[in-house]
Amino acid sequence: MIAIEQLHKAYGKLPVLKGISLEFNAPGRITAILGPNGSGKTTLMKAILGMVLPDQGKIMVEGKSIKGQWVYRNRIDYLPQIARFPENLRVRELIAFIHDLRQGETREAALIRLFGLDAHLDKRLGNLSGGTKQKVNLVLAFMYDSPILILDEPTSGLDPIAMIRLKELIQAEKKRGKLILITTHIINFVEEMADEIVFLLEGNIYFRGSQDELKTRVGETSLERAIASILGAEKVELNGKAHLSSQYGDARYGDAKYGDAKYGDARYGDARYGVTTKESL
Amino acid sequence: MTFRIILLLAISFWLQQKATAEVIEVCPTCPVTTIRQGIELAQTGDEVRVFPGTYREGTILVNKSITLKGIDWPVIDGEDQYEILTILASGVTVEGFKLINAGKSTLRDMSAIRVDHQRHFSICDNIIENAQFGIYLAYGFDGIVENNRLESNAKEEISSGNGVHCWYAKRIFIAHNTIKRHRDGIYLEFTDDSRILDNWSENNLRYGLHFMFSNRDAYSYNTFMNNGAGVAVMFSKGIEMTHNLFEHNWGRSSYALLLKEIYDAKLENNQFLSNTIGILMEGATRIEYQHNLFKSNGWAIQMTGGCIDNHFESNAFISNALDMVVSSNVNNNTFDGNYWSEYTGYDLDRDGYGDVPHRPVKLFSYITSQTPETIVLLRSFFVDLLNFSEKVSPVLTPANVTDQKPLIQMPIL
Amino acid sequence: MKKIFKYTLYDLIRSRWTLFYLGFFLLLTIVLLAFSGDVSKVIISLMNVVLILCPLIATMFGVMYAYNSREFTELLLAQPIPRTSIFWGQYFGLGVSLSLSILIGIGGPFLFYGLFASSEIWNFFILIVIGVLLSLIFSGLAFLIALRNENRIKGFGLAILTWLFFAVIYDGLMLLLMVIFREYPLEPLALSLSLFNPIDLSRILILLKLDISALMGYTGAVFQKFLGTGLGISIALFVLLGWVGLPAFAIRQVAARKDF
Repeated sequence: MIAIEQLHKAYGKLPVLKGISLEFNAPGRITAILGPNGSGKTTLMKAILGMVLPDQGKIMVEGKSIKGQWVYRNRIDYLPQIARFPENLRVRELIAFIHDLRQGETREAALIRLFGLDAHLDKRLGNLSGGTKQKVNLVLAFMYDSPILILDEPTSGLDPIAMIRLKELIQAEKKRGKLILITTHIINFVEEMADEIVFLLEGNIYFRGSQDELKTRVGETSLERAIASILGAEKVELNGKAHLSSQYGDARYGDAKYGDAKYGDARYGDARYGVTTKESL
Repeated sequence: MTFRIILLLAISFWLQQKATAEVIEVCPTCPVTTIRQGIELAQTGDEVRVFPGTYREGTILVNKSITLKGIDWPVIDGEDQYEILTILASGVTVEGFKLINAGKSTLRDMSAIRVDHQRHFSICDNIIENAQFGIYLAYGFDGIVENNRLESNAKEEISSGNGVHCWYAKRIFIAHNTIKRHRDGIYLEFTDDSRILDNWSENNLRYGLHFMFSNRDAYSYNTFMNNGAGVAVMFSKGIEMTHNLFEHNWGRSSYALLLKEIYDAKLENNQFLSNTIGILMEGATRIEYQHNLFKSNGWAIQMTGGCIDNHFESNAFISNALDMVVSSNVNNNTFDGNYWSEYTGYDLDRDGYGDVPHRPVKLFSYITSQTPETIVLLRSFFVDLLNFSEKVSPVLTPANVTDQKPLIQMPIL
Repeated sequence: MKKIFKYTLYDLIRSRWTLFYLGFFLLLTIVLLAFSGDVSKVIISLMNVVLILCPLIATMFGVMYAYNSREFTELLLAQPIPRTSIFWGQYFGLGVSLSLSILIGIGGPFLFYGLFASSEIWNFFILIVIGVLLSLIFSGLAFLIALRNENRIKGFGLAILTWLFFAVIYDGLMLLLMVIFREYPLEPLALSLSLFNPIDLSRILILLKLDISALMGYTGAVFQKFLGTGLGISIALFVLLGWVGLPAFAIRQVAARKDF
């Protein structure tokens, strides 16, 4: 359903995607796109949605090139990374707004019940907590029943109950034969949900396959350790060329793409992988 | 006062004549069919009464002390060639005629009515259309020009003439006339002790009223509108200007009133509304300005070289784009107790005068006087900043132009 | 575009900043009308506010709104609608919400004071039209700046600088230029320079109504021709409309090539 050929993208002089080719054809599958910060996960997803324009390469959705197109987005549901909405609109109005833009059949009533948003429908979005906003974000993403689902950090800010509901929801969508792409930093979530892993490193596909294949390849028993090992190994490899190693960390900072907001956001602590690595080693 | 006495004398003289006067009637079907014939038949003191019709008789010479009276405005046509009436006797009255198409010339001044070296004339209630000069008084003394309507179609200064033109005239009373589309509405040169009252001067090419080398004249209650410039008073002394209205004299180098090389004048109770410049002064000396209103003018007052001893008191300056432009070489001029709508001071002691002196000259006025085109920046934020900084610490604007006690309330004018 | 416009406007007119802005104009106009008997003086005071404040507020709102709605814009970009309609919708929503504040804030009190029956109505009309046009122009420019600069601090700085340039610096440079070259015919220069600054152009448009007597003084044929006729007003309005179109067009161009 989605075919990516030789996708290149650089922000200024900084390359983010260096010729990625990927195909997602099997319906009813959940693919987790993993990688350290700045590895190009979000850029890849945004490229599929047409928000980022490729320097080179081609993206096809359902057999057609997306270049200069917008109607195809009817076939994709997208959950953005950060849930921020017009502050003076009420939740109900926001849902009506999206519905107004997109038309077609919706199923928001069930979703509102699922995430317990009934009580918040008449509140202004500016007055909602981060978790509640994320729930609104989820409702907006899932309310259309499109065959492709792209979720960027779906779990952020959710309480355990909402988390369970979300997992159930994603599993149900998978059973209904949707193609689902997820990025996340939560390894448990990946272990539980993903049928397949695409691991991006420095703008290239480092690995694509099932969880077991990944573990086998790295020789670790848990996914967490496997990932840590990839990053650790990479670091060792790079020790010889220290400048590259440091570029790793800098890449994110130097990258104008990533607005300051992200730096301040604890969820995106770049230490996350690093910490995990240290602990696990 | 002298004026009134003269007037009375003139009238009594006329009444004496009247006692024995005869009336000669002129009309196209009368025994006498031309005005010339009528005048020939008339004797001193007689009246030639002209009935409606159009009379084409070339130049008519009035060489006897008679009254020429038109009934229902008979038309005398100059056929674009002739001066129509030339008055060559004293004590002539011309009234009630419609004089059209007087001749025009670039070599000599042609007029509809000319008075040449005579006294005690009275020119009243006439309509003069399409003349170069309307009423031309050369060495005319003790005469009256009243209630006439003059309208021409002057196109350029060089080929056009003045409505009422006085040359070496004395003691003339010019009142209640309407003068349009001449070069100057009323022109006085070497004309003294005359009085100009309640005239309406409009759309004249150059000035509504123009004084040259004329002394001790007075003009009051006149209206000057839409003229090239309102009134010019040049090289004259002792002119009294009161209760006149100067409105809408617009255009490049246009002004309501020009005072050039004049001395000892008085300006009171005049209104200057919506003119490009209210008063433009050059070498004006010893002049009193009181109770005048300057409203919505581009510049209320521009004072250039050699203006000495001008005293402004109790005038009101309201909503002018710029109140004053003053060049550096002026001396001993005072501004006291005027009302300035731009004044931003306060009156804590409640004596009716602002506690902070007002400086009517702003930096921007100074700049525009140097580079006029900068006027496009009028009321811009930058200019406001400039003016403000200059107000706080004056560098370029003259320190001696200051109203020490600006009025807080607008005076009743 | 209509839908984005509708909801943007709907969001913004309930923003407390918009209400604050509206309240400011209401208060200012009421106070000026109540305490000044001279209506033309009120117009001049309001003119200064409109010429300086409207662009400033529009600039600030424009940048703030563009940056604040950044994440939501991403959500919109993932929807099946063309980019241009998103950004034009937001731009016009912003412009119109600012315009409404001016319209109600200035127009309301005048309506209330019954001045629409007075001879000054045309001047007010011009004042309001100019407030609206300036709001559109400067919110558009701000939007454009925000769109072109990911760095918010830089974007904010640039936007304020843009305002400062048009509101103050430009006039200063113009004055300097005219004083330096005063030996030369300056009129065409002065007029054409004014065309390139929407604030100057607006100011002249108002001056044409208020201070024509000064503008007609001293200066020569070019001014006379431009300022003295209806042609001048038409040209000025036309160029101002062009100024509204310019950022709108640039927004479309920039948005089409931008990565989010």
